[in-house]
Amino acid sequence: MNIIITGLITGSMLALLAISFSLIFGVARIINIAHTAFYMVAGYLIFSLTGKFGLNPVVGMMIAVVVVTFLGLLAYKFLIDPIREHEAAVLIATIALAMIFQEAVMLIYTGDYRTVSALIEGYFIVAGVKVFYQQVLTFGVVLVVLALLWFLLMKTKLGLAIRSTAEDREVANLMGMNDSRLAMITMGISVALAGFTGAVLAPLTVLSPYMWMEPLILMMAVVVLGGLGSIKGSFVAAYILGFTEALVVFMIPKGAFLKGSVALTIMILVLLLRPEGLFGISFEEER
Amino acid sequence: MVAAGLYLKRFYTVVRGEVLVLPSRIIVALFFLVLLGIPLISQNPYLIRVIVLTSIFAILAASWDLLSGFTGQMNFGHALFFGVGAYTSAMLNVHLQIPPWVSVPLGAAAAVLTGLIVGIPCLRLKHTYLALTTMAFPIILMGIVFALPDFTGGELGISGLQRISNSLIVNYYIYVGIMLVLCTIMWKITDSHTGIIFHAIREDELAVRASGINTTRYKLMAFCLSGFFAGIAGGLYAHYMRIAGPSTLEVSMSFMVVIWAVFGGIATIYGPIAAVFILFPLLEFVRFWPEYRMLIFAAVVLLILLYMPEGLIPWVRDKIEKQCPRCKIRNVSTRKTCRICTAVLD
Repeated sequence: MNIIITGLITGSMLALLAISFSLIFGVARIINIAHTAFYMVAGYLIFSLTGKFGLNPVVGMMIAVVVVTFLGLLAYKFLIDPIREHEAAVLIATIALAMIFQEAVMLIYTGDYRTVSALIEGYFIVAGVKVFYQQVLTFGVVLVVLALLWFLLMKTKLGLAIRSTAEDREVANLMGMNDSRLAMITMGISVALAGFTGAVLAPLTVLSPYMWMEPLILMMAVVVLGGLGSIKGSFVAAYILGFTEALVVFMIPKGAFLKGSVALTIMILVLLLRPEGLFGISFEEER
Repeated sequence: MVAAGLYLKRFYTVVRGEVLVLPSRIIVALFFLVLLGIPLISQNPYLIRVIVLTSIFAILAASWDLLSGFTGQMNFGHALFFGVGAYTSAMLNVHLQIPPWVSVPLGAAAAVLTGLIVGIPCLRLKHTYLALTTMAFPIILMGIVFALPDFTGGELGISGLQRISNSLIVNYYIYVGIMLVLCTIMWKITDSHTGIIFHAIREDELAVRASGINTTRYKLMAFCLSGFFAGIAGGLYAHYMRIAGPSTLEVSMSFMVVIWAVFGGIATIYGPIAAVFILFPLLEFVRFWPEYRMLIFAAVVLLILLYMPEGLIPWVRDKIEKQCPRCKIRNVSTRKTCRICTAVLD
C-alpha cells in the first residue's frame, strides 16, 4: 500500500514536470535545465507566503504560480531568446539560471530544510496504512490539471499551434504561426506547470536549495523513456519510474541509495531496445 | 659553438616567422612560459594549489570538448569518466599499494573501458536523447558507490592516497607538465585527419557515412579518447586531493565541465582550457565573499554568453585576427594585406 501511494505521488509529480518540460522542448527546442529550479522557487514562495505573511494556502499557491510564471517569462525574454540560435549557449544559460535560483534561495532562506504545512490535516487508514488527505488531494489535482492540459493541447486552436510547431517548425511558420510568440506562450505554460507542481508538492516534501537536482534527473529520464514530445509516453513513463522508485525503496535494503540507479538503469535498458523511447516518434533530423 | 649559434639563429627565425606573426600564438607561448615560470617567482602554496587544480580541470574540460564539441555527441555525464578514473586509481593505490605512476594510467584505462561500455548503447541515440541519457550514468554509478560502502568508502570516499611527489614544486611541475603535454596532444588529435572526421560527423553524419567512413568506429573512438583524458584527470585529481569521493561523480561536476567548455567556445580545445584558467581561479579568488561566490559565477557566465554566444575565446580571436578571404590564412587584424598571398584584407 505504501508502495502504491508513494509511487502514485512521485509518478504524478514526474508526469507534470516531464510533460511541461517536453512542451517547451518540442516548440522551441530548448532543454530547460532550470525547469525544476522553477519548481523549487514555487515551493519556497509558498513557504514564505503562508508562513511569514500568513496568507491562505490556496491564495499563496496561486500567487506563487503567477510569480513563477512571470519569472520564467522574464528569463526567457532576456536570457534565452537573444541566444536562441546557439543551442549550446542556451543550455549553459539555463544551467546558470538554475544555479542563480539555487544560490538566491540559499541566500534568502539559508540551506536549512523547511516544511510547508498541509492544506488539509489528517489522514484515514486503508489496509493498515496511513493515507494523508494531502496526498489524495495532490493526486486528484494533478489528474485534473493533466486533463486540462490534454484538453488545451488537443481541442483548442492554441494547442493545435503548439503541436504543429513541435512537429515541424518551418511549415508551421509558413502557415502563418508566430513562432517566437508561440514559444513565449509555451514557455509561460511550461513554467506555470512547473510552478504548480512545486505548489501542490511543497506540503509533501522537504524544501532545500538543492531539491531541484534529483527531480531534474528523473524528469529527464521520464522524458527520454516516454519518448520526446509524446504526452502519453511521458505520462506512462512517469508512473513506471515512480513505482520503480517506490518498489526499490521499500523492498531492497539500502534501497534509498539505489532508487535513482535502478530507475535510470531501466531507462537505459528500454532505450537499448527502442532508441526513440516507449511512445516516441523519431524526429526528422534537421539538416 | 658555431653549431649552437646556427641552431639559435634557426630557432630565432622559426619563432619570428611562426609564433610572433599571430597574437593568438604569442598568447599561447606566453601561457606556456608563465605557467612554467610561476614557481620561480612565487612559491605561495595557495597559488600553486589553485594552478594545479586548474590544470587538472583544464584537461577535463578539453576532453569534453574532444567528445562533445567535435563530434557533437552531447555528453552530460562527463563526471562519469572523471569519477571512474579517480575511484579506480584510489582503490588501486589504497587497497593494493600500487604507486601513482601505475595507478593513474590504470585509472585512465578503466575510464576508456567505461567509455566503451557507455559508448556502445549511446551509438543508437541522437542529440537530446543522448544528452539526457549520458546524464544518467554517473548517477547510476554513484548509487552503486553508496550501496557498497565497504569497498568504496560510501559517502566519505577513499582517503589516504599517496602523493605523486612530496615536494611542492616538483608536484607543480609534474601536474602542469602533464596538462600541457596532454592538451597539446588533444589539440594535435583534433588537428589531424581524425579530427576532421570528428568535425564532419558533427556537421552531417549522413554525408560522412556516404563518403565511406565508418562513423560508428569514429564515434566510439571519440568516447574512448575522451574517457582516457578525463580518466587521467580523475586519477591526478584523486592523487592530488588524496581522496576520491562521490563529489567527483556529482551532477554539478558534469554541469561544470559543460559550462567551462561552452563558455570558452566549443570545438576549439584551447577555448575550454582558457575558460578553466579564467573561471576556476575567479571562483577561488572570490572566496572572501563566500555567500555570493556561485551567484557571481553564474551571473558572469550568463552575461558573457548573452554577448558572445559562440564562446569567449572565439570572440576574442575574431577581434584580434582576421582570415584572409583568398587563402584562409589568419592575419593580425592590424594588417592591410595578407601575410602569405598579399590579398587585400577587408
